[in-house]
Amino acid sequence: MTNAKDDTLWMSGNEAIALGAWEAGVKVASGYPGTPSTEILENLCRYDGVYSEWAPNEKVGLEVAIGASFAGARALATMKHVGVNVAADPLFTASYTGVGGGLVLVTADDPEMHSSQNEQDNRNYAFAAKLPMLEPSDPMEAKEMLKAAYELSEEYDTPAMLRITTRVAHVKGVVSPGEKLPPKVEIGIAKVPAKLVMLPSLAKKRREVLEERMGRLRGLAEVSPFNRIEDGDRKRGFIASGVSYLYVREAFPEAAVLKLGICWPLPEKKIREFAAMVDELYVVEELDPFLETHIKAMGIGCHGKDLIPAIGELNTAIVRNAIDPAGRRESFAPVDLPPRPPNMCAGCPHRGIFFNLSRMKVFVSGDIGCYTLGFLPPLSSMDACVCMGASVPIAHGMAKALGEGAHSKVVSIIGDSTFVHSGITGLINTVYNNSASTLIILDNRITAMTGQQPNPASGQTIMGEPAHALDLEGLCRAVGVRHVYTVNPHDVPETRKVLKEAVELSEPSVVISRAPCVLLPEMKARKPVSYFTNQENCVGCMACIRLGCPAISWTAFEEGEAELRGYKKSQKGVSKIDEIVCNDCGQCASLCKFNAITRKEA
Amino acid sequence: MEANGNILFSGVGGQGILLASEITAYSLLAAGFDAKKSEVHGMAQRGGSVTAQLRYGKKVWSPLIEPGCADIQVAFEMMEAVRYLPMLHAGSTVIVNTQRILPPAVATGQTAYPENVLDHLSSRNIRVVPVDAFDLARAVGEVRTANVVMVGALSAFLPVDTAVFAEVIGTRVPERFRDVNLKAFEAGRQAGW
Repeated sequence: MTNAKDDTLWMSGNEAIALGAWEAGVKVASGYPGTPSTEILENLCRYDGVYSEWAPNEKVGLEVAIGASFAGARALATMKHVGVNVAADPLFTASYTGVGGGLVLVTADDPEMHSSQNEQDNRNYAFAAKLPMLEPSDPMEAKEMLKAAYELSEEYDTPAMLRITTRVAHVKGVVSPGEKLPPKVEIGIAKVPAKLVMLPSLAKKRREVLEERMGRLRGLAEVSPFNRIEDGDRKRGFIASGVSYLYVREAFPEAAVLKLGICWPLPEKKIREFAAMVDELYVVEELDPFLETHIKAMGIGCHGKDLIPAIGELNTAIVRNAIDPAGRRESFAPVDLPPRPPNMCAGCPHRGIFFNLSRMKVFVSGDIGCYTLGFLPPLSSMDACVCMGASVPIAHGMAKALGEGAHSKVVSIIGDSTFVHSGITGLINTVYNNSASTLIILDNRITAMTGQQPNPASGQTIMGEPAHALDLEGLCRAVGVRHVYTVNPHDVPETRKVLKEAVELSEPSVVISRAPCVLLPEMKARKPVSYFTNQENCVGCMACIRLGCPAISWTAFEEGEAELRGYKKSQKGVSKIDEIVCNDCGQCASLCKFNAITRKEA
Repeated sequence: MEANGNILFSGVGGQGILLASEITAYSLLAAGFDAKKSEVHGMAQRGGSVTAQLRYGKKVWSPLIEPGCADIQVAFEMMEAVRYLPMLHAGSTVIVNTQRILPPAVATGQTAYPENVLDHLSSRNIRVVPVDAFDLARAVGEVRTANVVMVGALSAFLPVDTAVFAEVIGTRVPERFRDVNLKAFEAGRQAGW
């Protein structure tokens, strides 16, 4: 625990949500890692009396939470914004069944796409699934709102959503611990088929309950202390929720503000009251005009996306400049510098695979994970990446469209965790519908991108307890793939041979690239052994440089320097390995034909 | 407490920026300030350019520093000291670790590391405090304390007693590394003065 002072804690929004879940008496929690949501379950699993797990995907995670709720327990599902797309199917119908124990889904949205493929606004899900949604502004509020969401969920018999964004999830602030709430629902089996079996005849009845429930929730929104008018200068009045509220308070500290902690359903009366109070009404929100659209539908005039950008994150300056351009503060222009994009780690097993792909004339249908960085130069070998699991069906679809001979032109590539998440069904389809493309599974034993979470192929649980490790080769054979290869990606030339053979086959094939992530604790704990450059043997061919490894750098020769140092006159430079950064993978040594890279003997 | 300020930490993923910003945040809290800190995780951590934003004062609303409003930047790498120039203002202080970490385009020989890169700061009336954190850390006996050296240098510019920092380092760092980190902090503080 992280004491800021004696009675308060210094916590990120995600840590605060984990504490809030514990204080709310959550008994079962499930989800799938995804930035910026991951740390919620990583922290919650350390509290006593809570069962936490990583599910193979968000749909399963939410369904586990629904099951726990049906059994009377308070249950939590956590995921990133795009994960809710995966979980949307159970979400929309759980809205019909309602709950036993309180059920909350935390959606962690990523405006600005710091670590995401899109910046969808998941407030729209609350509207579409007819569910209440709370939206905190900071870590302390995130904890309090999560607890309130459980009370609300049970009182109104509805799943509730808590929406956070990167600037709540990964912001640290001062948090006060609170009381642990006693359970209100008894754990046990309750047979209530009219409520839980969503056959059309029963669902039609529940549909009416939904409308009635939303009416009562509107009443709650009118009186909830989370929706409050903070009176002030009434010349400009602001409506805001989530982190946007903080930007408004800082940009216009004197102004009247209606803070909406419950962002769905909306308190129409309170909004009318506030609109009538102020001369000019401004709705300040990130991404979609969600509040604005519904407020305008009430017939209330306001400014919103006519001024406030709909793309990316907001901040105090953006809000101030949009509303009061005269108050703009000038800042220095950026300096043109060489970019520093993220890169695969030194020793990353993915690098060898992408190096090989960059030398094969194939379209690489990629997926979501660290390996998406294979897109970046110098490897530049990813040609498409849409969403979790999409690599496999996209390659199949392309192969069908391209027709005869396409099997050797398109490959798909996916990580172990992503394959288990939603790649398996795609592979089944490839086999069932008879196309012949090659799938490469990058099995590094862990969900690496989000910071080393175990998955069903890792052999351990979120608690670090031993678990069954999915047999990827066996699984691929079981779905009908007859050609399953396993390679060591650190041996770059050998891997190339296998890839070439697999791609030429006119039947479906899978190449499993198996080598652990270098960030795994057991890999970090290894005795540090590195490779080094015998620079006298280096001919400057740049084969190792083309790997793009952060441990290898190029030193260009000045004019005449090559001869002076005893190299061929035409040599342009030499490469050098930084032995501190090197992680002992040996990919560069497997490529060097001049005996210029050697492993240091331990 | 009247004082308030905005501190931007910048560097390259893996340099220990998060721990440095945490020690600073705990010290400001212990000195009685409110604080908020923003970090970015996930994709941004894979060796790319990384920042943490720390704001303190009587009451902090927004977790983000406005462009042009960072009073102090603690830069763990020279080019990363200049990358966030739009966040600074004339009169800002930039404490910079005089280390060069080559980005991919430089390491692969496609472009050169910019010469005299810190001139972009000093020419705009920004105070540059160079610290050879790597060398100072090696001198105290542990190269991995370079981040705490940087905190030491930063401490010279903050309204917080050295004793508060020392206490925080004492509780945040594993016992066997405590002494060496306190030495690193002190070495950095001397360099910051």
